[in-house]
Formats: sequence, C-alpha cells, structure tokens
Amino acid sequence: MQLGRVVGCVWSTVKNASLEGYRLLLVQPLAADLRDTGKRLVCTDWTGAGAGETIYWVLGREASIALLPGQPPSDATIVGIVDTVHCAVAKPAKPGRQKAERQ
Amino acid sequence: MILARVVGTVVATRKDPRLEGKTLLVLKPVSPDGKDDPGYVVAVDTVGAGYRERVLAVSGSSARMAEGCKDTPVDTAIVGIVDDVRLD
Repeated sequence: MQLGRVVGCVWSTVKNASLEGYRLLLVQPLAADLRDTGKRLVCTDWTGAGAGETIYWVLGREASIALLPGQPPSDATIVGIVDTVHCAVAKPAKPGRQKAERQ
Repeated sequence: MILARVVGTVVATRKDPRLEGKTLLVLKPVSPDGKDDPGYVVAVDTVGAGYRERVLAVSGSSARMAEGCKDTPVDTAIVGIVDDVRLD
C-alpha cells in the first residue's frame, strides 16, 4: 500500500462494462513525509475520498480484489483515507484537506 | 491505471488464438495536463477507441478482469475513453 493525495477526477462515459459505477480519481503518490513523489495515476475509489485528501491506495491485482464482489479491471484502488501519519524519520505533517486550508 | 493517447494500430497475423478478433492499439502515455510521458505500450482495446483519442489503460493481471479479456494473454487493456480530466 502507498500514500497518495487526491488531485482530480476523471470522467469517462464509454468504458468497459465491468468498470461501470466506479469513481475514477487522479492520485499523486506521496512519500512518508507527505511530499509528492512519482507520476500521477488514475485510481478507482472505494472510500468516497474528496479532492485534496490524503489517502492510501493499493497497486496491482489486489486493486480489483479490494472491490469484491465486482472485481473490475483496475490496477490501482483507493482503500483508505489517512487521518494522521507518524513517521520517525520524516518531518511530521498534518494530512487532510491541505489545499482547502491554504486558501 | 494510466491516461494515454491512441497513436497507432498493430497488425499481427500469427498470434495466440485467444487474441483473435481483438484490436491491438499503440498507446502513448500522457500526464493529466496533456503532456506526453516517455515510452509506448501496446494494449488490447475493449471499448472501440479511435485514433488520437485519450483513453484509460489498465495494466498487469488486472487487465484480464476486463469484459472480453477473461482468460486471455493480455497485460494492458483499454477500459475507457476519457471525456474530461479535472485537476483540483
């Protein structure tokens, strides 16, 4: 599982029948200190996460198992919303709706 | 899943029988703001995507979960045509 932040959403009308009904969100992967790392990707969502929220997501075959019994063709799924991260090596940071707080 | 743009087709006469009748397309990965990412991938099309369309591609064994790809030797499948991407 990896940390990420929801940075947007994707609309698709024409899609594979087994993917219908799932939300598609754009996720920016994060390091343990909640800094951006790596390329943004599209994830199916199991949690109902919103824009700017820190989440954790699974990659690979497990991503479609997270959405049982449907098992849609997804290789990345948001499976949890992060409340806080405590990490000894990283500078403590408060996750959540960071963008909204800044404005 | 990644965002990609259809940039070409692949024609293969000799192939696994389970791939017969499936369209193979060449994809160029793109970032959410529309810039090209490095590399190309060949994907099986399950939605009828066309040239230059922006699509959603799933890779790895999850590609086999797509309707029409069950029990086929596929590791990248196009599972959606992207209407819009909104960055918050």
